[in-house]
Amino acid sequence: MLAIRPDTACWRLLSGPGGPGAESLPQHVTRLGRRPIGGTWLMDVLDASNLRGRGGAAFPTGRKWRSVAGAKGEAVVVVNLAEGEPASFKDRTLGALRPHLILDGAALAVESVAASRAVVYVGRAHTAAREALQFAARERRRLNPRECHFDIVDAPDRYVAGETSALVNRLNGGPAKPTITPPRPHEVGVDGRPTLIQNAETLAHVALIARYGADWFRQVGTAESPGTALITVRGGVVRPGVIEVDRGATVGAVIEAAGGLARTPQAVLLGGYFGTWVPAVEAWNLRLDDKELAHHGTSLGCGVVMVLPAASCGVAETARILRYLAGESAGQCGPCVFGLDWIASAMERAARGRADASERDRLIRWGGQVSHRGACHHPDGAVRLLTSALRAFEGDLTLHLVRQPCPSAHTASTILPGAPGGTEWQ
Amino acid sequence: MAVSWHIRWDPIRCGAHGYCAEILPERITLDDWGFPIISAEPIGSELEELARRAVAQCPLLALKLERRSGDGRP
Repeated sequence: MLAIRPDTACWRLLSGPGGPGAESLPQHVTRLGRRPIGGTWLMDVLDASNLRGRGGAAFPTGRKWRSVAGAKGEAVVVVNLAEGEPASFKDRTLGALRPHLILDGAALAVESVAASRAVVYVGRAHTAAREALQFAARERRRLNPRECHFDIVDAPDRYVAGETSALVNRLNGGPAKPTITPPRPHEVGVDGRPTLIQNAETLAHVALIARYGADWFRQVGTAESPGTALITVRGGVVRPGVIEVDRGATVGAVIEAAGGLARTPQAVLLGGYFGTWVPAVEAWNLRLDDKELAHHGTSLGCGVVMVLPAASCGVAETARILRYLAGESAGQCGPCVFGLDWIASAMERAARGRADASERDRLIRWGGQVSHRGACHHPDGAVRLLTSALRAFEGDLTLHLVRQPCPSAHTASTILPGAPGGTEWQ
Repeated sequence: MAVSWHIRWDPIRCGAHGYCAEILPERITLDDWGFPIISAEPIGSELEELARRAVAQCPLLALKLERRSGDGRP
């Protein structure tokens, strides 16, 4: 998926050469100057910048670094570029185009939390990003032998492989399956040491904040959600792709920046498969501000904006996502293993007109029994999607529940990407 | 700060044997697949002995009795 460069977008992470390949180290240094050396000063700057994690959980970055720096033992820093979310392409796109921004941020983290090991954990299917990061890491050591060494480790092609406890499990030689917490990775993580796990985009922002300061970062965006964000815009838009926007932009402006609507919209999926369906009219004027989105029961999550055309069936599309998520359960916790399968089956029955009104009650009941009942948040994310679908597609669902099958229930999806289909956990 | 007892459930270890819910129905019910749903309500002294038995009877050692201070932290 290509990075889109419209006039309305706000370019920070993706500024610089416009070609499809990675920016080289000389190009990177000539354009941005050398990076400063990390330290506790940078945690103060990160606090002042109000940068939050861009992997989906939006945890304050400065606070995370402090908890790792304050834990006992030498720390480990991990760049999380697993990006197991099939609808998201922003991290792999950034990795392929601007590897040195990510590695600058990682090296700054290593220095700031006094880590003695750095790992780049990158999805096995993200070939261009992995090769660019591998090459970039070698390039840096050649220019400066004292520059931090990065181990590059493959993340299996599974939805939950990037979940922090699954990541730790994998880097410690186990399968990329979640474990129960606590202890949390920032206390006991990779090699039993305090571990800072940071999404790739977050670290790229750190590379710029360290150079230009917190005030510069806050010049765009909102007070609550400053800066820019990488967004994967897809579905019923003219030019699907990855775009960088001001966090003060509205969902409608993001869609316009991707060439506008290709067809009449029905709803927008915000935040990916763990995200929420929002009716298009409601979504259009929402700004990408954490507080404003939370107030409307949604969030930016991992930065996916997927437009569902009016001609598509939200019930059938949601059933497909739920079936995928059920298949991506790590198979460890009963409510997730059984519950997600039952929920996906109920949604499929509804789409095929083989259910009655009691199916809605069962979906609500099972959603309640599955949410917050796993070692990780996989079931919670699936239920968040389900709950939003029951609201956004209430009318369609009611029609299907009086045994009117959806014509599109047996055809392929109109907007969803194909499932990556990885079966390995190692 | 007041200290109370809570049951912590390990969903990865649990095999839905269901003994816990039979022994301590006051705090543990089963979901539609037979896995325990543990009430957030603390366990008072009148239930402490039953809670210990529920924890001890789990064949997969999936339950733990934990002391928590009043603010909910372990």
